[in-house]
Amino acid sequence: MTTKLRIAFLPLTDAAVLAAARERGFAEEERLSLDLLRTTSWATLRDRLVYGQVQAAHMLAPLAVAVTLGLSQQPAALAAPYKLNVNGNMLVMAKEFAAALAPETAGRLADPLGTAHDFAAAIGLWRRKPVIGVVHRFSSHALMLRYWLASAGVDPDRDVVLRVLPPSLTVEALHAGEIDGFIAGEPWGSAAVEADLAETVAVGERIWQRGVEKVLAFRENWLEENPETVDSLLRALVRSAAWCDDPGNHEVLADLLSQPQYVDQPAYLIRRALTGQMVIKASEPAISNPDFLLFSREATPFPWRSQALWIYSQLTRWGMAEHTAENAARAGAVFRPDVFRRALAGSDVPMPGASMKLEGAVASPLPVGSRKGDLTLGPDRFFDGRVFDPERIDDYLAGFARKR
Amino acid sequence: MRIVIIDDSGLRATVLEEGLREAGYDDIHIVPPRGAFVARLERMAPDVVLMDLGSPSRDTLEEMLTVSRALARPIAMFVDQSDEAMIGAAIDAGVSAYVVDGLRKERVKPVLELAVRRFNAFARIQAELDEARGALSDRKVIDRAKSILMAQRNLSEQEAYSLLRSSAMNQGKKIVDVAQALITASELLGGGL
Repeated sequence: MTTKLRIAFLPLTDAAVLAAARERGFAEEERLSLDLLRTTSWATLRDRLVYGQVQAAHMLAPLAVAVTLGLSQQPAALAAPYKLNVNGNMLVMAKEFAAALAPETAGRLADPLGTAHDFAAAIGLWRRKPVIGVVHRFSSHALMLRYWLASAGVDPDRDVVLRVLPPSLTVEALHAGEIDGFIAGEPWGSAAVEADLAETVAVGERIWQRGVEKVLAFRENWLEENPETVDSLLRALVRSAAWCDDPGNHEVLADLLSQPQYVDQPAYLIRRALTGQMVIKASEPAISNPDFLLFSREATPFPWRSQALWIYSQLTRWGMAEHTAENAARAGAVFRPDVFRRALAGSDVPMPGASMKLEGAVASPLPVGSRKGDLTLGPDRFFDGRVFDPERIDDYLAGFARKR
Repeated sequence: MRIVIIDDSGLRATVLEEGLREAGYDDIHIVPPRGAFVARLERMAPDVVLMDLGSPSRDTLEEMLTVSRALARPIAMFVDQSDEAMIGAAIDAGVSAYVVDGLRKERVKPVLELAVRRFNAFARIQAELDEARGALSDRKVIDRAKSILMAQRNLSEQEAYSLLRSSAMNQGKKIVDVAQALITASELLGGGL
């Protein structure tokens, strides 16, 4: 018997694993029939999940934490047993603003610290506070942008205006001059560059080399009540993710995602993030960023609790969540490595032995303890060299020396 | 009670506004979600904000509700979280509502119910319009296929139509699909009109 599942998603390249699971038969092999519901705002995706119109959602990882902590409308305990991707974001700024940054674009991306300082200087030269679009207050994009700006002494709440707008409206808003730049998931940054409205200023992968991005979120009680369906879905997604990561499939995947029911943008723009061939300025050749967007390798889908806690640390850093032991425990518990392990116990997927790790401590590919097979963790450094120890959140927060 | 409707579609907003006025609400404003709509909304200080659940601007609105001081502690979409039937009906109809804290649920509920009914009515009108548009273009396709048949097989209009209809029936397809296939084939063969 086939089980039907409704899953909400936003039209973004990093919904790839869900789309491929449906279109390439991975869900069917697990006797699942996926009904993927295209949604235009994170608020509506959240409401559909929280109020039970869908069983799962392609959700910003920080939003899953925020909903659980009661920070985003109706509180609901959410559970994320699977990461749909890491990385994949890009900060683009209007050409006039980018003119104040290093003109050599490859160097600009390779040196996020230098670029952050250039950016701080550019703010001073701009005729008003620059308005930067972010897709949601509780998005990885917003947290990374804040982290990056603050490293150069820019207060993201005082020195710039962060304006929330959905990814699909970013290019239009830039064109209308309502924003001076934006950080969003692909293909929207590439669409702005292609329209010659903006230049790339930073890519997520260079801010945090293995940045948490979208998770597959469930209501916690539904997840507990439907273990078999959840496990089947996770098995289907793991196979779909491996297919999505395979360079030989990128062409087909880009075509698939370009369809109106998915991203509805040209395949050649979608392909850029999949292959890591990023165009920084409209007139320039692409620059290779092989880790621009990851779906599968290095156990990308594994939901490290330490990553949920890093998100929590940033929410408290910016005063969005109150730092209490109870909140920390609830935030950490949103990520469910136990469910991931259970679902894939019978598979040959290499499985980390631990559920937490230091974040930002791996400088070069590192073989680690794994239940089976070989598992190598990729470099996961933050550009400023800080290391997040999930057991010592207070020390980590104190290190940022902020007045709040 | 001041009600603001945030909507891009002139027709849907009008359908909703009319319903609210008929029900005796008279302080109603319509704001399209473009440009500085958030600033406009703040100045209006509404008690209830109604918005299409499918509008991409909901995140922008919610951010404003989070940071704004003009709207004193606005609360969730639904005043009564236990009313699951109401919530389900609202989401099905595509209604999202934001209600200022302190407003009693007995006062809000009729507004929400009305919005749900009107959104559903609008969806019906929309579906009928789409159908009518579809029927119009179907007829054009069939007319074109008929003229191809008339020209190439020397048939009368009635004969051409009968041929299309019987082919459709034999193949278990819609006439318009058979007509479209004929047009495509004719174009491929270079015999299109």
